[in-house]
Amino acid sequence: MSFLSSSSAGSLDMQAKKEAVMQQVQQELALANAQELINKMNSKCYDKCIPKPGSSLSSSEEKCLSNCMERYMEAFNIVSATYVKRVSKEREAALGATTF
Amino acid sequence: MSASNVQIRPSDLDDASQRELATFLEQEQAKARLQTSTHTFTEMCWDKCVTGSIGGRFSRSEESCLVNCVDRFLDTSLFIVKKLEQQRGA
Repeated sequence: MSFLSSSSAGSLDMQAKKEAVMQQVQQELALANAQELINKMNSKCYDKCIPKPGSSLSSSEEKCLSNCMERYMEAFNIVSATYVKRVSKEREAALGATTF
Repeated sequence: MSASNVQIRPSDLDDASQRELATFLEQEQAKARLQTSTHTFTEMCWDKCVTGSIGGRFSRSEESCLVNCVDRFLDTSLFIVKKLEQQRGA
């Protein structure tokens, strides 16, 4: 094995490990984000749709829950878009204010 | 190579890669903080704006309430910071 091929094999391994770590971090953060969304959705939709818990979920309660899930995710997307837009705006304004 | 349970030590990476990873982690953490805030705002604004029964879509007023809710909260935050700075300056 030549000197060149052994060192490039080493850096390929390092590259692969680095990418694997990055991917793992992103996956774990995505999972935590999804869990947070689901937990909050569960809580809010239970409050909205099941005011008086019976001995099982009625079909109207299930319909309400389905709608509620969609609405909650829509609310999340609206809030997320508004927040991101606002953060960009404030950042631009701050940058603009520092130019003389 | 599966992405789960990757074991890595700093000595596995050269300096450039370590820096790259550090920058990457900073960016992901910043993104995660935004996500956490988004969750908090969604909960808060849901309570404020989605007060009636749940339908197949949001009404125009519910939608604009959600947008206003976020903007006014951030305005409030900026206002409070500015007021505190004024008081400290005086």
